[in-house]
Amino acid sequence: MSKVYLALQDNDISRYIVEAIEEDNPGVTIIHNPAMIRIENEGTLVVNRETVEEKLGRDWDVQELHLNLITLGGNVDEDDERLSLSWNA
Amino acid sequence: MAANKLNLKDKYRLLTRDLDWEFSYQERKKAFPFEEFEGIKITDWSKWEDPFRLTMDAYWKYQAEKEKKLYAIFDAFAQNNSQLNVTDPRYINAIKLFLTAVSPLEYQAFQGFAHTGRQFGGVGARVACQMQSIDELRHVQTQIHAMSHYNKFFDGFQDWSHMHDRVWYLSVPKSFFDDARSAGPFEYLVAISFSFEYVLTNLLFVPFMSGAAYNGDMATVTFGFSAQSDEARHMTLGLEVIKFLLEQHEDNVPLVQKWIDKWFWRGAQLLSIVGMMMDYMLPNKVMSWKEAWGVYFEEAGGALFKDLARYGIRMPKYVEQVQTEHMSHQLWWTMYTHGHATGFHTWIPTDEEMDWLSEKYPETFDKYYRPRWELAKQMEAEGNRFYTKALPQLCTTCQIPMLFTEVDDPTQLSFRDTVYHGERYHFCSDGCRDIFHEEPEKYVQSWLPVHQIFQGNCGGPGVEQVLSEYYGMNLGADNLDIKGSPDEQRWNRWKGVA
Repeated sequence: MSKVYLALQDNDISRYIVEAIEEDNPGVTIIHNPAMIRIENEGTLVVNRETVEEKLGRDWDVQELHLNLITLGGNVDEDDERLSLSWNA
Repeated sequence: MAANKLNLKDKYRLLTRDLDWEFSYQERKKAFPFEEFEGIKITDWSKWEDPFRLTMDAYWKYQAEKEKKLYAIFDAFAQNNSQLNVTDPRYINAIKLFLTAVSPLEYQAFQGFAHTGRQFGGVGARVACQMQSIDELRHVQTQIHAMSHYNKFFDGFQDWSHMHDRVWYLSVPKSFFDDARSAGPFEYLVAISFSFEYVLTNLLFVPFMSGAAYNGDMATVTFGFSAQSDEARHMTLGLEVIKFLLEQHEDNVPLVQKWIDKWFWRGAQLLSIVGMMMDYMLPNKVMSWKEAWGVYFEEAGGALFKDLARYGIRMPKYVEQVQTEHMSHQLWWTMYTHGHATGFHTWIPTDEEMDWLSEKYPETFDKYYRPRWELAKQMEAEGNRFYTKALPQLCTTCQIPMLFTEVDDPTQLSFRDTVYHGERYHFCSDGCRDIFHEEPEKYVQSWLPVHQIFQGNCGGPGVEQVLSEYYGMNLGADNLDIKGSPDEQRWNRWKGVA
């Protein structure tokens, strides 16, 4: 299975998003580079609105992810509840 | 929660598809004259999906927020005199190259998407191209703003747009986009949205920008990551474009593959500039070009092409000919030896940097490249800093000087040539030669800067007049070695070491 990945700017909001990702994607790899955080996982990765809201302690729109997003790899699917990344092969 | 709030999927449908209209008094074919011209077959535009389901209202909201964050950092950067906090003045030269070579491509991308978006019959594709077009305009503007601060303190930033259209090494990025923009609309999308954005721009914006942060340049890393946050959307569009074309008709597969092969090779050659910036121009280094290629092409691209295999798409042709072991060394050596004709400063890597290069390129650096730098050091110590007297021969396709070596022999320069209508054309590689063969009528029109100089189209008669009068370089300030440059003298004065 190939790895999907997401890179976020290293800032206050992203730290909570990363916490949420870690909780919802057991076994995910977090790599810290200067000014950015790279998150990799085998096959799939999901960012759930509900978990991020819990960590942030406020409402969070999945599209807000764009403010902190640097790059990603994988087929994207986004709706009101989550953003998911996946490879089919 | 408001009971009547639309969900994302419904909102996207209403604000894209349902905005389209039928043509009542004009033929549809006349409204979209380029849609069939390349041989691509579209059977159902409604299958076009934007996985982010971004609509214009949300687009403006989030883009405005990105801009506010970005400009707050620019202000803080300027107010804090942060130009003094970068690692050393050599670093600034990577930014000069960025402004003259890369930022004008953002403008070309803006023009390209505005034009291309207009050509599609499907409204989803039109909206996506419109957003990307506006994004690209934002990128060029934010980059100019960020770098205008450096223009107050350093040489070489004064006339980047003029230089982009003229300077010998800047024709490499310029001709890349000229080639894409003069192609049909579907080739443009495969070239820029997929091959460039999805497969390759991570290499430019991610490790290099992380490197900018590591060298104390908060303005650059911020515009870089702000731009890249749009790129994440562009990349996704690039992948959707490919899947859409491949699912529409099986006849599209060979066309798409041919464009992937071409634009992967064009992009890989172009990005040797970024390789050189990462390996030689960043005083604090995050990762080598070879490592970046491993993470962002081999790993990420490998996963991508495995995913696309079910459509009958394979890895780009020539992928095994990309010489990540050699390209950055060969290119920086060329810039160093032509440093009298560059709009930025060049230098010999320090001993510590050479050790880093040995560690990162254990098979090649000590064997092939360290001895050259040792010779350059010796010549410099004898008061004879080397500048070549010759003008380089250029590849007709990628316009890079013929500086790369054979894949199986790094001591032998790679030359290819072909005769077309009685004229001989030269190429740096099999890839560039084959691209020419596909469309010779296009590439015989290439504006090759060295040819133009020899034909007398760039002023002269000497190289000095070309550089100063035609290119607009301030000789003795913008060009030559960093050692003894006005940039270095000012830096030392500011730092109290002069």
